[in-house]
Formats: sequence, structure tokens, C-alpha cells
Amino acid sequence: MNTPRSTGDLLEVEGLTCRFAGVTAVDDLSFRVKAGEIKAVIGPNGAGKSTLFNMIAGVTRPTDGAIKFDGARIDRLPTHARARRGIARTFQNLQIFCEMSVLENVMVGRHLRGRATTLSALLHIPSVGAEERAMEATAMALLERFGLAAKAGLPAGSLAFGQMKVLELARALACEPRLLLLDEPAAGLPHAEADKMAETIRDLNRDGMTVLLVEHNMRMVMSLSHDILVLNNGRRIAEGTAEEVRRHPEVLSAYLGEEAVDA
Amino acid sequence: MASIEAKTGPMTHSRLPRRGLSRHARLALVWLALAAVPFVVPNAYWISLANLALINLVLIASLNLLMGYGGQISLAHAGFFGLGAYASGILNVRYGLPPWAGLPAAAVVAGLGALLIGIPALRLRGHYLAMATLGWNAILVVFFTQLVGLTGGPNGLLGVAPFSIFGHALDTEAKAFPLAWAVAFLVMLAISNLLASRIGRSIRAVATNELGAQSLGIDSFRTKLAVFVLSAGMAGIAGSLYVHINQYASPETFGIAPSIMLLVMVAIGGAGTFYGPMLGALIYTAVPQILLDYEDAELMLFGLGLLVVLILFPRGLAGIPAALAGLVRRRRA
Repeated sequence: MNTPRSTGDLLEVEGLTCRFAGVTAVDDLSFRVKAGEIKAVIGPNGAGKSTLFNMIAGVTRPTDGAIKFDGARIDRLPTHARARRGIARTFQNLQIFCEMSVLENVMVGRHLRGRATTLSALLHIPSVGAEERAMEATAMALLERFGLAAKAGLPAGSLAFGQMKVLELARALACEPRLLLLDEPAAGLPHAEADKMAETIRDLNRDGMTVLLVEHNMRMVMSLSHDILVLNNGRRIAEGTAEEVRRHPEVLSAYLGEEAVDA
Repeated sequence: MASIEAKTGPMTHSRLPRRGLSRHARLALVWLALAAVPFVVPNAYWISLANLALINLVLIASLNLLMGYGGQISLAHAGFFGLGAYASGILNVRYGLPPWAGLPAAAVVAGLGALLIGIPALRLRGHYLAMATLGWNAILVVFFTQLVGLTGGPNGLLGVAPFSIFGHALDTEAKAFPLAWAVAFLVMLAISNLLASRIGRSIRAVATNELGAQSLGIDSFRTKLAVFVLSAGMAGIAGSLYVHINQYASPETFGIAPSIMLLVMVAIGGAGTFYGPMLGALIYTAVPQILLDYEDAELMLFGLGLLVVLILFPRGLAGIPAALAGLVRRRRA
């Protein structure tokens, strides 16, 4: 929070490679995400998008290469340490705290902003109570912003799928990240909800959020992204604006038979 | 923080409506009611059972913190109880330290005992803690039995002094009751406080969805280790209470069988419910007294009870009201 927003590249990926038992899922990939932009990674199934995403989020360890966030290597850091640096994420197949309330889910997102230690919490010194009230207010405000305030007290597991996706986004934002990683934010959503999600992401970006998203929904990617990276077989086949990528011959051939590019 | 709040404007309806008493008031009321026990029950034997129930409550509530909220299974809880009991007892009998010094020492020794096994076991994903602690409890019992010079071995540790206040020894069950009552209250209060903080939420988050918790900056290994050590430390406190109130300890109290029984009591009371351990402690203390003549049947009855409760009410006895409410709602719908 204290560091000023850098004007250059927030995320740098250099020569990133990931091999699983002979299969090269991501092959010597380099690209950058500029501060303040929305960057999308697309590609046919098996192109290596998820592996790339997981390496950036800290779930999968790269075989080779480097990932730099704000100039510092993060590729050896565990997930929680990356979150501490300012990277928050959502999940394609939702990782909600189902048994906790909707409000509590977002409050967990405030964890890094809290100061309470195990000892101060056990003793319930006054600052712990104040911190709780502040966290609750902030979490509630986020729920109001995303239209989930009426559900605040319900178990998160009782929400509809689309609401869970929104909740996960709200939870990630509660961290006040500098980079937001979105793993297929539109997957499984009906058209109207996907459009609304795109609108939300655009709003966030307008307020200064840097976003890297992996997405299948071409409509969303093309309308939203400043910059698009197209992967196939773990390699970059194109990179540029929606207009540039759409016309790229290799992209067309990789997607041949898929209606998506024209959407 | 300001950045998020600024965009959302004033929060007029953002507080959740809260019904009834605050968690502190509720706990205080329950404990005030418990204070009446020595005046209501007929004799010292009953007060001794009340003391035992309060010690069992500390054990079961601390195990519930680990298991019900933290999602980890420990089969060494009775072992940590024993570490606390022997630490406090040995410091008193062999080194002449007062029980008041033994009480925090018991917590520290039991906590260290958990740290030692927790560091390797919790590094691994999955339920390795259950297996590791099972072995650890077996090893601890060997120590309790074999280190005769310190522990008194199979004959037990004799001549442990009672707690005393201003030179006044708490050497009868009735005099010890206020102490057990107060310590059990403080442990319950501490657990309640912990749960109502970001630390408590992180404990539950890790138990519910480790990947999700990590993505929000929670170090799941450290969180699990901390709650395991804390839970063992509380068992150590129970051990200190036990050894100075009974003025005696012997190894069989701290074996694997009681460790399993404590787990069963957490489940029967209602894992992950705050007051469930009180029901668990009540049952754990009362049933053996009722079944004194059928000692062999005890384990079988507990097992049967566990099956019945968990099949009918998966959230334990404390979950019955919610389960019934759900049933009524479904009927109406």
C-alpha cells in the first residue's frame, strides 16, 4: 500500500517453462503486464493457460524461467507470500469458504489488513474489537457494492453459482491487491451475468486496477482487454490489441472451427 | 482501506442485525449459573465430579478448537494433558516449585510437545497429524511409565501439593471448585475471543478451503501449527489443574484410549460449536459414573452413542436445535 504505483511493468514473465513428465505445458514464454492495463491470455484448450495462471499464482512451480512482480522475483514464493506482495486471484472452479457466511468470506479477504495476533486475539485487547468492526464495515461495503449485502448473513455455500463468482471477486478485492488474477471469470455464467462481470472488471480497471485474466469467452476478452496474449501448445503465437490478434493468421488457424474469434 | 470505503459511500445499513446477548454476556451468564453447583449438589463426591467435568471441559473445548474449527485431528490430546500434568506435578514434587508456577509451565511444556510433532506432520498435506499424534501419544505414555525417577512410573506421581491462595491450601474438592470454575471460564473466554478475530477466521478458513485461504495471504502451515500448539497448551493447563486437585497422576489417564474418547466427546457434543464441548464434558464425566458396575460395556456404549448421535445429528448434540429447526422448515415448505 505504501509503495507508489509503478508506471512501468507490474508483472514480468521471462522464459517461463513448465514440464510435466515429458509434456511441456508452457514453453519458454515471456510477456509483460503493464500497470493499469487489462491483459488477457487466450488459447485453445490445452494451450497452457491454466498452467501459466497457476505458476503466476504460486500453485504450480515453474521448471525454468522467472516471474517478477514489481521488479522482484516471486516465482519461488508460496501463494500466501505472493498475496502479501499484492497479488489476489479468483478461481475457475471456485474456492469459497462454504460453511462461513458471505460476510465472513469477504472478511477473510481483509486478513492481511489486520493486526491482531494470536495473543492479542486471545486476550481481546480493545484494538482487536475495533479491528473487527472496521473489517466488518469494509466487507459489508464491498458486499453492498456488488449487490450481495442482503445475503451477508447466509452461508456462502447457499449462494447461486453466479453469486459465488461475484463473492470470490469481492473477497479478492478485500485484499486491496495491486494485481488481480482472474481465472475464467465468465465461465459458467449466462450471457447477461457474464456481461455484468465484464462491466465490473472494466469499472475496477478504470479505478486503476491491473488485471490479468484467462478466459474462454471471446466476447468478453475482445471487448475488455487492452492487450491479448494468444497461446497455443504452450507458446505465444500472437500478442497485441483485440484488432491485431483477431487478424493474425496463426490465431485464425489455431481457432479454425471455433466460432469464437468472430464473436 | 480508505480506497475501498471511499468508493462505496456512506454505510447506512451495513451493520448486520444482532439478536440477543453478546457472546461475552452469554458466557458470563452460563458461568454464573455453574457457580451455583457446589451449593446445589448434595456432597463432596458430586463436587469432585463437577471439578472433573470442568477439567474435561477444558480438554474437550481445546480439542474442539483444533478439530471443530481447525479441521485437524489429534490423537494425542490426552498425551498433552499428561505432559501438562507431569510437568506441573514434577516441578512441584521434585523441584519444590509452587503449583502456580507449574500451571504456565504445563501449558508451555504441552505446547512444545505439540510443536515438536506438529512441525514435521503439518508440513504434509492431508491427515498426517492424526497418524503422527497417535504414535506420539504412545511414545509419551512410555515416557510417563518408564521415567520412574521423575514420574513415579506405573505407581504414579505421589505427594503433589494442592493449589493455595494466600497460604490457604485448596485441598478439598469444594475449595478447588472455584479454581477449576475460573480456569475453565478463562479458557472458554480465550477460545471465544480467538474465534471472534481475524486469527479465528483464518483458522476456520484454512479448515474449510486451504487453497482459498492461501490465496488471501494466510500461511496455512503456520495457522495449523499455531492452533495445534495452542490447543495442546490448553490441554496442558487442564493437566496442571488435574494433578494439583487430585494430588496424584498415573500414566493410564493419559493414554491413547482417553485420547480417542476425547475425540468422540468433541463429535458427540458438536464439533465446531462453541457450547458443544460442555455437553461432551458432561457426558464424558457422568457416563462412567453411571456405568461403574459395567466397566467393560463403557467403551461399547460410547461407541454406540457416537454412531447414533452422528447418524441422526451430524453436527452433534449442540446441533440438535438447528437440525430440528431445519426439519420444521422443510415440513412447512
